[in-house]
Amino acid sequence: MELQKVESEIRKVILDAERVMRDPADLVSYSYDASFGSYMPDIAVQALTTDEVVNIMKIANHYKVPVYPRGQSTSLSGGPLPVQGGIVLDCSQWISKLEVFPEDMLVVVSPGVTAKQINDAALKHGLIYPPDPSSMNIATIGGNLAENSGGPKGLKYGVTKDYVVGLEVVTPEGNVMRTGGKTIKNVTGYDVTNLIVGSEGTLAVITEATLRLYPKPQATVTLMALFDNLIDSGHSISNILSAGIIPAKLEIMDQASIQAVEEYQPTGLPIDVEAMILIELDGHPVAIEQEIEVVRKVCTKYNARKVEIANTEEQALALWKARKLVSPAIVRNKPTKISEDATVPRSKIPEMFTRLKEIRQKYDVELVIFGHAGDGNLHPNIIADANDLEEMKRVEKAVTEIFEAAIELGGTLSGEHGIGTLKAPFLEMELGEVGVDMMKRIKQAWDPNNILNPGKIFAEKGQKFSLTNG
Amino acid sequence: MVKQELAYKETLSCVQCGYCLPACPTYITFKKEKHSPRGRINLVKMAAEGKISYEDMEQGIELCLGCRACETACPSNVPYGTILESAVASLVTYNEERMKKRQKLIKYMLFEHIIPNKKILKIGEVGLSLYQKTGVQKVVRKSNILNVFPEKMKAFENILPEVERHKRQSFYESKQIKKFNVGFFTGCVMDTMFKKINTLSIKLLQMAHCDVSVVPKQGCCGALHNHSGEHDLTIQLAKHNIEIFEKYQFDYIVNSIGGCGAMLIEYDVLLKNDSKWAERAKAFAEKVVDISVLLNQVELPFEKSFSQLVTYQPSCHMTNVQKCVTPPVELIQKIPGISYVPLLEKDMCCGSAGIYNFINYEASMAILDKKMLHVKNTLHQEKAWIITSNPGCHLQMKLGIEREKMNDKVEVYHLVEVLADACDIHI
Repeated sequence: MELQKVESEIRKVILDAERVMRDPADLVSYSYDASFGSYMPDIAVQALTTDEVVNIMKIANHYKVPVYPRGQSTSLSGGPLPVQGGIVLDCSQWISKLEVFPEDMLVVVSPGVTAKQINDAALKHGLIYPPDPSSMNIATIGGNLAENSGGPKGLKYGVTKDYVVGLEVVTPEGNVMRTGGKTIKNVTGYDVTNLIVGSEGTLAVITEATLRLYPKPQATVTLMALFDNLIDSGHSISNILSAGIIPAKLEIMDQASIQAVEEYQPTGLPIDVEAMILIELDGHPVAIEQEIEVVRKVCTKYNARKVEIANTEEQALALWKARKLVSPAIVRNKPTKISEDATVPRSKIPEMFTRLKEIRQKYDVELVIFGHAGDGNLHPNIIADANDLEEMKRVEKAVTEIFEAAIELGGTLSGEHGIGTLKAPFLEMELGEVGVDMMKRIKQAWDPNNILNPGKIFAEKGQKFSLTNG
Repeated sequence: MVKQELAYKETLSCVQCGYCLPACPTYITFKKEKHSPRGRINLVKMAAEGKISYEDMEQGIELCLGCRACETACPSNVPYGTILESAVASLVTYNEERMKKRQKLIKYMLFEHIIPNKKILKIGEVGLSLYQKTGVQKVVRKSNILNVFPEKMKAFENILPEVERHKRQSFYESKQIKKFNVGFFTGCVMDTMFKKINTLSIKLLQMAHCDVSVVPKQGCCGALHNHSGEHDLTIQLAKHNIEIFEKYQFDYIVNSIGGCGAMLIEYDVLLKNDSKWAERAKAFAEKVVDISVLLNQVELPFEKSFSQLVTYQPSCHMTNVQKCVTPPVELIQKIPGISYVPLLEKDMCCGSAGIYNFINYEASMAILDKKMLHVKNTLHQEKAWIITSNPGCHLQMKLGIEREKMNDKVEVYHLVEVLADACDIHI
């Protein structure tokens, strides 16, 4: 690779010297994300315009240098990792556009804007942008789109892809292309928008997005239910949903996470229950009243020890507080958190709980379940110590079996984090040989020189699942 | 082999989720990962593993304010303060020879001579007082002599407080039924530049059921030393203070300085590995409390009403280390007549950060400019007071107002000054 040349070419198209970095202190700062592994890039560039991206892609194609689009690097699957060296294309500072069109109920944004900023801008017009990944305060919309991020509200409102009306992208060969448009209905040609969304930065660099907004619900209310048996909570969850109620959020905390929270910052939860579910209903106040009663009945039928309704905003916040404390609470004894997002159909939630219990015992791992139970996206988290190689090997086996269980139950490897580097070895298990081959052909057609985010989604020859490499 | 002097084990507790990024003033201002908490933790980790040099690590560490807003934002309890201190201390040792001469001189004067030595501070105080009282200040300001000084000296010249010389007793009896026996910690910069605020603090405490002792021979808290990597000096100062204060049977050790209070409250962390001192440090730290906590527990005898728009710039160390967040705000809201408006992005550091604004003047001013943007968006050009709880923030906010030419509209006061005035308490 003719690095010197590549650098000087880039400097010709990006005149602000500060935005082209080759210093070790900068490069090492682009070597990681929130997943595992660390890889040094050769150059890091902060892009601020579509033209800059076009020029960089052209240079990269000429010199055959890989390019890795990056937002705030909060990915849990290795999306922005520069696994084969080359150029990291940092779009996190590209925040120039955030324009709400209230009459069209649309917003047009630059890739560096966060979901939180989009939602805040929408709220000024009585609208909301519903996708709410827990990193919505930090992660960029570019990253959200590339990974098709979800969040607790995915249950009712869907995930990022359900809000994308149109995109401006730069192709791997450096051409600008617009997909979709400004209308909700649009069937002209292939649905390239939805091909790009969730393609993990392997097909195009997203430079602008047109997203749809929703009217803000008139009211919200929070409920909590406690269960002596984890499986009962699973039955309650699937029965609430089949009773025709779609909560905005439906979250679960198992016994291990409740105990961890109570040890960390006591919130007054009983530590002898096996599960707590938290439900947020939103909509018209009258409708909510009725839904509360249905939820109460279902939970009681499945042996809930207690159902509590938050009457004030403060009470609701107090209930959600315990949920927020899970993450800091569970990492107090061991530092490494392996957060999985294997997802199963709603009807299989109780069965997945049973399988997770078995896996926890079989491999003697600290497996904690908390997360978005309502959409089958259970977030089993394993707490370990990355320095303990023997333990990490057991964790690898446990994670492998979690994936197998999810797929056997008709689910998927990843609900919202993406495949990236970590889960690539399992891709064929879910998609089959033909499925993987067709996807590879799409990649080949879009990116003939394999410039854009190589090493993601598709496993390298002989690549094995590992949590222990550097 | 991992470098032992760096807090390597602590760096491993960072899961690199990035939740700290939006809380970090230097990341927001300088827009580079290496100037973010996550980036810095990684730099320390990489340096400890020998994968990058100390010079590389320094690029990220040197511009850290140490405001520790990242600790409050962190969902994984990463002890950022410990990691930062280990990095700064290692760099001090490593850089002893290659440190820039001027910076070295400033640090040497400040740490070895001026700050720990009350006598010299006294001389400075008299000097400062004379400088202002004799009118030399006006001459200097008018004559533009200061143009020959570096920009930073000129900037600080404009915001120096008026120093009032007055005597202080060593004991003040409670004016209400006595409930607490408290030791008052005066601080060194505070007691030089803002002696009046300390004295007013004591008088307010008298109203809050406290017998107040001003322990003689109390020393510097060591915060500035600690942030600059002068670990041994910090420990010396801490031990001295513990020794002096534990001779008394205090219920609380009270201060009105966000930054010093944070240092005092972490003496237990500082000395946790010292078997002789750990217990004593813990006993000391448990008694440390900001004045706002005690004043907020009582009904202060307000005499005056201020028809005034007021906002509050919290001290980062008070928020993120002392975890004292609501008492100052509640106190402000109790003052008759005041209309309180929360400062937008109030948890963003103002860029004062101890002596950061001396050492990293340009960076500090870039951070201050962001802060002032939020001040403007909060106050909408109305006349207002900005209330502070730490002398560093106090001066920096004054500097910001000066730079933005808002002098005719906005005034800066320490919380204690406003409370005392409202209670008609004077020196």
